[in-house]
Amino acid sequence: MKNLEVVCLVLGTFFFGVFGQLTHVMAQDSLLEQLKQEAPPMKDVALGTFKGTRLINGHSIMTRGAGNLDFMISHRFGRLNSGAYNFFGLDEANIRLGLEYAFTDRMTLGIGRNSFQKVYDGFVKYNLMQQQSGSKSIPLSLTWYSSMAINTFKRPELPLNFQRRLSYAHQLLMARKFSEHVSLQLMPSYVHQNLVPSREDKNDLIALGAGGSFKLTKRTSLNLEYYYRINPNKDNDSYNVFAIGFDIETGGHVFQLQLTNAQSMTETGFLPGTTGNFWDGDIHFGFNISRSFQLKENSKSW
Amino acid sequence: MKANLIVMMLCLIASPIYGQAFRTESSEVSFFSSAPLEDIKAKNEEVIGVFNGENGAIAFVVQIKGFRFAKSLMQEHFNENFMESEKYPRATFEGKVMDYDLGKSGEQEVRVKGTMSIHGESQEMEEVGTFEKKGEAIMMKAVFPIVLVDYNIAIPKILFQKIAEEVEVTVYFKFVEG
Repeated sequence: MKNLEVVCLVLGTFFFGVFGQLTHVMAQDSLLEQLKQEAPPMKDVALGTFKGTRLINGHSIMTRGAGNLDFMISHRFGRLNSGAYNFFGLDEANIRLGLEYAFTDRMTLGIGRNSFQKVYDGFVKYNLMQQQSGSKSIPLSLTWYSSMAINTFKRPELPLNFQRRLSYAHQLLMARKFSEHVSLQLMPSYVHQNLVPSREDKNDLIALGAGGSFKLTKRTSLNLEYYYRINPNKDNDSYNVFAIGFDIETGGHVFQLQLTNAQSMTETGFLPGTTGNFWDGDIHFGFNISRSFQLKENSKSW
Repeated sequence: MKANLIVMMLCLIASPIYGQAFRTESSEVSFFSSAPLEDIKAKNEEVIGVFNGENGAIAFVVQIKGFRFAKSLMQEHFNENFMESEKYPRATFEGKVMDYDLGKSGEQEVRVKGTMSIHGESQEMEEVGTFEKKGEAIMMKAVFPIVLVDYNIAIPKILFQKIAEEVEVTVYFKFVEG
């Protein structure tokens, strides 16, 4: 009995020994395969959800990396339906010049000056959450956006103190990159204007924006953007903002060309005050050009 | 007697899967390219490797998104436009280290031959590197060029002055037995 037990053990040992050697040989054939399976999951952040920090008129969830300065030149020309005499709107141009600095990978502060209504604007943008997979799974990116605008247009018929010239906008930008080509964004928005045209008009406006980007090639994309205003002021000839755009990215530059019914380039302007009807041809051709400068190199890397 | 046999058996079962295997304890892959407008460099610590001391087999895996650049926009474009890291998340190498003597201490020059896969393309390559035994660890270092077109990595004409067609890759591994 005892002998049998020993024999069994010896046989077992031999068997497992050979088996061990076999797996040894097999493993050698697929060293790389084995290694691939062992590779720990890394933090896999969704990159390049949108090409620009703007979707079209409004902001995208994108913020630039720490130490990056974006210089932005934006134009909205006159209306296409203003005819050949006005060169289809190109005779008339509104311009916004802006500077945006990324203090951290998540936070950007920006200032701008618009020729339309002589508006100065400032904003803060904070990336709360980044879409990622791998070691951590987060299905979408969230960015908070708040801006303030000061209308400095002279209106002698109306006494305007500083307070009355201010307006504010707040947005929660939510986006998901669904595939290499498709990214969608939702932007619940709130605008407060200290001054509105009449007593009946509301100072607060709530809107829901939706937009998306379809990447045509590695460096170009087609974009759409629409803001639905939930409580617009009645009898005041204003419309929801619609825009269609085309982005070209060439390394340090992003060129964004668009057709939109908005003339203003800040949320406090275009959300409550878009007077053009896109479907009647009140369309403005426009562009945003941004040029990136890395002022401070990421010292953690080098 | 019985206990001894069981221990022996367990030892055999638990014998290392690939003989004398060395794994990376720390590793770094970096690259550098010089072009008229600006130098581009990045480094990556998200690399793992394994080396078989008996037969010289070596393999490593590099996570493309692990490359860190000084300029964040460059990092984004590297992943999005050049490496397409969502489609090809890893670069791999599998090959053999020739003429390495595990028993010898000090620095040894070795030839490494094998297949490099980057951006979904594989290329045979043979490069020279150094192995150095430091206590229990083996240090490996190699510097070699990678020609971008070999791996179907396209540089748009508009950027030709910014990016060189060849980049210099430095691989540094610290292997320990286990």
